[in-house]
Amino acid sequence: MSGEAQSSGPAMPPEMKALLAPAIDSRSSLRELFILPLAAMFLAMLIGALIMMATSVAPATILQSFIAMAHGSVGSLHAISETLTAAIPLVLAGLGIGLAFRAGLFNIGAEGQMVVGGLATAIASFSVTGLSIWLHLPLVLLVGLAIGAVYAAIAGLLKAATGAHEVISTIMLNLISIRLLDYMLRQPFIQKEGRSDPISKAVLETAELPRILEFLDGNLRLHAGLFIMLAAVAVIYWLLFRSKLGFAFRISGENPGAARYAGIRAGLTIVMAMAIAGALAGLAGATQVSGVLGRATPGFTAGIGFDAIAVALLGRSHPVGILLAGLLFGALEAGGRQMQVDAGVSIDMIGIMQALIIIFVAAPLLVRRIFPPLFRERRRGGDEHD
Amino acid sequence: MDIELRGISKRFGPVQANQDINLDIRAGEVLGLLGENGAGKSTLMNILSGLYSADSGEILIDGMPAVFTGPGDSIASGIGMVHQHFMLVPVFSVVENVILGVEPTSGVDYLDLEAARAQVQEINTRYGMEVPTDALIEDLPVGIQQRVEILKVLFRSADVLILDEPTAVLTPQEVEEFFAIVRALRDAGKGIVFITHKLHEILEIADRVSVLRQGQVVGQGDPASFSEADLAEMMVGRPVSFSVGRAEATPGDTVLELAGVSLFDAAQDARLVDINLSVHGGEVVGIAGVQGNGQTELVEAITGLSPATAGKIGFAGQDITRTSVRQRHRMGIAHIPEDRHKSGMVGNFTVAENMVLNSYYDDSVTTGVQIDWRRVHARAAEACLSYDVRTPSVFLGAGSLSGGNQQKMVIARELERDVKLIVASQPTRGVDVGSIEYIHQQLIACRDRGNAVLIISSELDEILDLSDRIYVMFEGRIAAEFDNRGGGADRNAIGLAMAGVNQGINRDETRDETRGSAA
Repeated sequence: MSGEAQSSGPAMPPEMKALLAPAIDSRSSLRELFILPLAAMFLAMLIGALIMMATSVAPATILQSFIAMAHGSVGSLHAISETLTAAIPLVLAGLGIGLAFRAGLFNIGAEGQMVVGGLATAIASFSVTGLSIWLHLPLVLLVGLAIGAVYAAIAGLLKAATGAHEVISTIMLNLISIRLLDYMLRQPFIQKEGRSDPISKAVLETAELPRILEFLDGNLRLHAGLFIMLAAVAVIYWLLFRSKLGFAFRISGENPGAARYAGIRAGLTIVMAMAIAGALAGLAGATQVSGVLGRATPGFTAGIGFDAIAVALLGRSHPVGILLAGLLFGALEAGGRQMQVDAGVSIDMIGIMQALIIIFVAAPLLVRRIFPPLFRERRRGGDEHD
Repeated sequence: MDIELRGISKRFGPVQANQDINLDIRAGEVLGLLGENGAGKSTLMNILSGLYSADSGEILIDGMPAVFTGPGDSIASGIGMVHQHFMLVPVFSVVENVILGVEPTSGVDYLDLEAARAQVQEINTRYGMEVPTDALIEDLPVGIQQRVEILKVLFRSADVLILDEPTAVLTPQEVEEFFAIVRALRDAGKGIVFITHKLHEILEIADRVSVLRQGQVVGQGDPASFSEADLAEMMVGRPVSFSVGRAEATPGDTVLELAGVSLFDAAQDARLVDINLSVHGGEVVGIAGVQGNGQTELVEAITGLSPATAGKIGFAGQDITRTSVRQRHRMGIAHIPEDRHKSGMVGNFTVAENMVLNSYYDDSVTTGVQIDWRRVHARAAEACLSYDVRTPSVFLGAGSLSGGNQQKMVIARELERDVKLIVASQPTRGVDVGSIEYIHQQLIACRDRGNAVLIISSELDEILDLSDRIYVMFEGRIAAEFDNRGGGADRNAIGLAMAGVNQGINRDETRDETRGSAA
């Protein structure tokens, strides 16, 4: 949590003032938050280049592909718009996964929660008619959020009531959601008229997240989900580090024994944390349907719920870290497409590099070994040696 | 085999764990190694057992320099370590545990259990250890399990045995038997390093003593030439008073009353059987007993962590048998948990966060659903000052405080509130002597303010020092009750009660045995 020193009243004794001064470990946290991911990214690009070389891609093409990647992610207004558009669902779902992590839960089910949330949003956005955008849009987003929450809460309830491990149950709920989506998309009240393949009716205009850069260029896809994403980052930060509920989540995640000791009800905490995580993933699905896709199709989530796990890991389950990690992954996504176009290198390479980044972040000791000067620091004092 | 440590130094980051240590370990001698937690005893012994390598200095075995690159080298040189926490497989027999890792085999990986058993039995009888070699570990009492650990190192032909805090888990009677085994080993020519922080044990068993403080040897010699006070002063670096100046208790009204409380665990084994006890305001009641005889469950029943299966718990005139943990906490029950790392604190949280670990929801530190961190920080700083928690900042991670300061932090959190009953479980475990003194004073001060104090400790000395009345627990029951006003309780009788021999004030003992496998 942020260490703001306080200055209440002039009568504070000096010893107390000293105790209220922030602890000096900002440098090491900076290192953890930024240098490690950057070093990991560098290594991932290096290995990516090696793989390309091994598959006899010419060095010039490799260089060109990295340039294309930079160009496609941040090189133009269009690129930035694409990066941000890709980041929105990653950050939203990532926040949910990160929050669950903080509470000691491994929510693998963001993908499934996105699917049911997005599907519910789609249904609400073409079956409810006659509302203004001011009512209809919030309604469809809330429906997606609520259905995602309920879906994730199933896994929470199973764990709280029977001890079923959330990893197993969320994986199974993912499978169910994918089949459920295919099944539902063939129901007459959902399937687009005149189509035999599974595809939903289109989202009504009143339920669409407006494109916010349309006034500049009609091709810019960035939508108002950006504001939802930024608000979610702030809300989750507040929840985790300022609210009573978030404190209970964090105690439960850090030390279940201490949570029990503190009288925190484990079952309730699990269900609540899962529900909030699911709400965020559901919202991610909702913004995709309402802001980007305009309909639900089989596999419309495109594995974003799984990439979001990586985003949460990379962001160290911190809302701001998740925001940055989501932007990075969004940039890789957008840049990868450009790389494929410009240099003819398959977008699979991006998937490989994303995975490599996560491996290096998950194995910080390895990165420290490779770049010792970046991490040279004395061990913090006071560690117990007895 | 003689071992000399010459100028051993070891540094962990800014912490100088060992500095230029010289130590002689001689065959046929017990060397007492005395020091507080964090004095560097474990680091030194880990260097000797090959787990760490020293930054400088050398180890001479019978005059020859030895280099250990791992624990294997140390074992091969004849050094055996008996850890404080046993490393035994509960479902294996004694013989299987002893030979684990050095199994005698013949032919193609055929386990020659017969040969092993004969060898183990031979060692067993030579030193009079009386371990049933075919019993499963889980069926054996802790004292015997410890002997299995010793058998393990002897089986690996150790000539030097390092015993790390060996008496921490034993009853006074078991300690006597254990000392007999140590003497037998010494007389057979083994060199023994006996690590402890208990002074009277050093005086009883050690032939020589070395005292460590802050990584340095600050004194050594013949224990007979030192008094307990001398040793304590060397260990802490200043004079220490052991007996807490404790005035006569003036018990008031009953604050806590347990009537016929029983508790069954998930497997329906009885953990507590018909517990009747009371604690009055203005008195300290101690619960003595060997670990695992129901003390943990008793604390859980009182604090609400595990609701009692049967019986009634009364607190300040109210029935709290079914009251939640949080509600009991609010009513004024403070709980210092037995294991601060497992439940009393969160190492990755700041000191300030730990100070509101179980009161973060309270109106005094919240506005609506939001925690008012400014108030929390200010309060935490105050609590640190008034309870001597030494930390540079309340924003420091609690995990980087010393054990003593962590425990003082827990105690500050619990005592700073308005409480009526303090349930202090192992209040000084893993805490330096200076902090022990301080914590004891705080607990007595609580009593003198008219609060009820219940202390649960496996350190009998602590119970005897602090308590006005003492209950002894054995196999989930109250086995005996003793009056200790003015320190009059009979240590020997308590020890016998701890071992299950009933000698105290009579208690009904006609019920059949229904206990679970408390171990």
